[in-house]
Amino acid sequence: MHPLMNRFHADEQRRLTELLGVKESTAPLLSRRVFLQSAGAAGLTIGFGWLAPNGAHAALPGAEGAAAGPLAPNAFIRIGTDNLVTVICKHHEMGQGNTTGLASLVAEELDADWSLVRTEYAPSDANLYKNLAFGLQGTGGSSAIANSFLQYRGAGATARAMLVAAAAETWRVPASEIRTSKSTLTHASGRRATYGEMAVAASRQTLPDNPPLKTAAQFKFIGKDRSTPRVDSPSKCNGTAMYTIDVKLPGLLTAVIAWPPSFGAKFVSFDATDAKKVKGVTDVVEVPEGVAVVATGMWAALQGRRALKVQWDESASKDLDSEALLAQYRTQAAQPGTPFTKPTTTSAAPAAVKTIEAVYEFPFLAHATMEPMNCVAWLHDGMLETWSGHQFPSFDHMLAAKAAGLAMDKVKLHTLVSGGSFGRRANVSCDFTVAAVNVAKAIGGRAPVRVQFSREDDTGAGLYRPMYVHAVKAGLDAQGRIAVWQHTIVGQSILAGGPFAEMMIKDGIDPTSVEGVDKSVYDLPMLAGTLHSPTLAVRPLWWRSVGNTHTAYVMETMMDELATAAGRDPVAFRLSLLGKSPRAAGVLKLAADKAGWGKPRRAGVAQGIAVHESFDTFVAQVAEVSMRNGKVKVERVVCAVDCGVPVNPDVIRAQMEGCIGFGLTALYYSEIELKAGRAVQRNFDTYRSLRIHEMPKVEVHIAPSTEKPTGVGEPGVPPLAPAVANAVAKLGGPRVRRLPFTRAGLVEA
Amino acid sequence: MSITLNINGTRREFDGDPATPLLWVIREDVGLTGTKYGCGIAQCGACTVHVDGQPLRSCSAPVSAVANRQVTTIEGLSSRTAKAVQKAWVALDVVQCGYCQSGQIMSATALLEKKPKPSDADIDHAMAGNICRCATYQRIRAAIHAASAQLAG
Repeated sequence: MHPLMNRFHADEQRRLTELLGVKESTAPLLSRRVFLQSAGAAGLTIGFGWLAPNGAHAALPGAEGAAAGPLAPNAFIRIGTDNLVTVICKHHEMGQGNTTGLASLVAEELDADWSLVRTEYAPSDANLYKNLAFGLQGTGGSSAIANSFLQYRGAGATARAMLVAAAAETWRVPASEIRTSKSTLTHASGRRATYGEMAVAASRQTLPDNPPLKTAAQFKFIGKDRSTPRVDSPSKCNGTAMYTIDVKLPGLLTAVIAWPPSFGAKFVSFDATDAKKVKGVTDVVEVPEGVAVVATGMWAALQGRRALKVQWDESASKDLDSEALLAQYRTQAAQPGTPFTKPTTTSAAPAAVKTIEAVYEFPFLAHATMEPMNCVAWLHDGMLETWSGHQFPSFDHMLAAKAAGLAMDKVKLHTLVSGGSFGRRANVSCDFTVAAVNVAKAIGGRAPVRVQFSREDDTGAGLYRPMYVHAVKAGLDAQGRIAVWQHTIVGQSILAGGPFAEMMIKDGIDPTSVEGVDKSVYDLPMLAGTLHSPTLAVRPLWWRSVGNTHTAYVMETMMDELATAAGRDPVAFRLSLLGKSPRAAGVLKLAADKAGWGKPRRAGVAQGIAVHESFDTFVAQVAEVSMRNGKVKVERVVCAVDCGVPVNPDVIRAQMEGCIGFGLTALYYSEIELKAGRAVQRNFDTYRSLRIHEMPKVEVHIAPSTEKPTGVGEPGVPPLAPAVANAVAKLGGPRVRRLPFTRAGLVEA
Repeated sequence: MSITLNINGTRREFDGDPATPLLWVIREDVGLTGTKYGCGIAQCGACTVHVDGQPLRSCSAPVSAVANRQVTTIEGLSSRTAKAVQKAWVALDVVQCGYCQSGQIMSATALLEKKPKPSDADIDHAMAGNICRCATYQRIRAAIHAASAQLAG
């Protein structure tokens, strides 16, 4: 997802449902008034206009904790007579820690005892639970905490005000004399009550309008290191955390799909004779995705698929080859495309006395989440229920309803934690959800069914970070200042052909293709950028930090080359161009300072630096790199981040650490090659991941800030690769312009 | 002919395909879902369990290979070492998505059972078979050292 989607607002939701062809556009509605009525009845929790069918599964998978509670003043919070506070999280937890973050925001304003705070995941409801940055319910673009910062604090403040009002009424004292701390109300007279004890009385209070929020000086949790440890640590350390692969339902079947073997392959026919002989196989059914082998368990399903014979027509895909495509992109990159900048100074070659021309090549990348894609679908009693890591519930909901041929109010989503996403689960085709619904339909709704991708299915499924080529010509004038910057990018548009295209693609430019070159932190009025957006049979998708995955590499390695050509220190050179971006300058200086930039290092070790802004967060990294026998080792990374008010410093550090390891994997190893239309790399043996011995020592420094909080799930990725590449060049290694590093022999292939 | 299994101290019979990987027997027949599927080819370690105290990638071991042996899953961890590992994992908030962490904890526990004071090189060696796409490796290393210190103290 992308911050530019803030153009995409409520009145456009209706439009979207039309575009997607959904039968009925009304998501289950629950007005504020309904909540108030619910709140009055002790023991009633929240209705959400949905009744669990037949009481068949009262304890549904998907909740970290659940308090029975009379006080439910809004859609985000519930306080039980058991004194537990349940925070209802509208965002998807895929590891980035937003569940803890959202709960911290509520706990802060509520003055809750953190040990009594529980969380659960919100149902699909685009009205109640929309991402305020998109206008739809969804998680992405590093926006979870940014868009929820005031909303969740307001929810906590509302509940606190009602508890205080209830105590004032009960004790017959002025509300202003009541203190709250650690889920307890107290009065100087010695009266005292827990939130649980006051919850019923509080539920009868009038909902306050805009209760005041704390000032930063009053914060007990926000920005206080380790004050709110992760809510999901215990369950993820003892095996009880519930992922989609763990869902248990009566009679649950497992399906694997014989997917098209190549991009563009067309289904012809299948022979299930042998597949059906495999013990445990219950059904072999044609679905729009391919042929599904349904069985009582995963092993039988896999064995059944192995025995299945499917005929595919691959005539349309046989010529799709990534190496040939790269050659084609290079040719295109030599010609200007559609302009995406309006240079305000001339960028003519004669202005430059020193010119650098470079072509950069970036491969297709798979997300390779630890949990391969999956979804459980159950058609019963005229309804559909799904269980998955629904990162983008508004889309999953609409497309599940469409696939099932049901109205949206007959579809209930259960959102579970997921074993990673990195962008994969936020796709507008909702491939895993739709596949599960299609299989459930194909077996006539006989039983709930989990569609499970094998690792090979997952890696070969497409929805890749597209392949890109950049061609850059940059030059310095006689004073060593940048006078020329001509920049052409070639690569698939992620948004084209999708529901966001019309809203976000302006004048032929997909902003996700050029972000990071366009509107870079640097003062580059001469930058003349153009874009080519070829189309392919391989579906593209955003991948942790989206366009910045490639643009930051080009900008920050070229900046280093220009600094060298100008005879300037790379930090000083960058700072001279950051006059308009004091926050970028701030993190650059902070990282350089903490890393000991410019100080002598032992032989064979060098530092490289890079700075980048993405998703309104600024990150600079210094990579300390050694080379032995021509092989690179990243020893240490010093990272400085400015994400506005830091809500949970330890989560911020964790995300920077994770982004660095994730970025280093891609730099070293990641590449999906296409041969005869098929993905060559299919599992971790060939699509390698960083391992523990390759992880550098990471130090994270968080810049103090009073700016509004911004995200941290993605912005740590972009600077890592160029920082390392710049260090490699300083060590006398090559200027690497084709990724990954395995291509240049810089790491063991 | 059925296979006699001992999982987390409980004896049970399995009469399905003896070639079925132990992983699927644990998850689907026994119903213990803390052990995860990640790759199916012993590359990622998400499926790591202990067999007679040694770490094993259960996705690639046929169930027939563990007949009459002691299998321990994340749900069955009970030793002082295991508890110290889990405690350190929580104390340092190692997890992110968490999907690989059962396997990480199983490998770390097996390491500390054998080597109570591991060096960084020992950790590299013992943990290199466990992939974490969230790259929580720095905290995994710190948590192993922390558990080691707690066990020594």
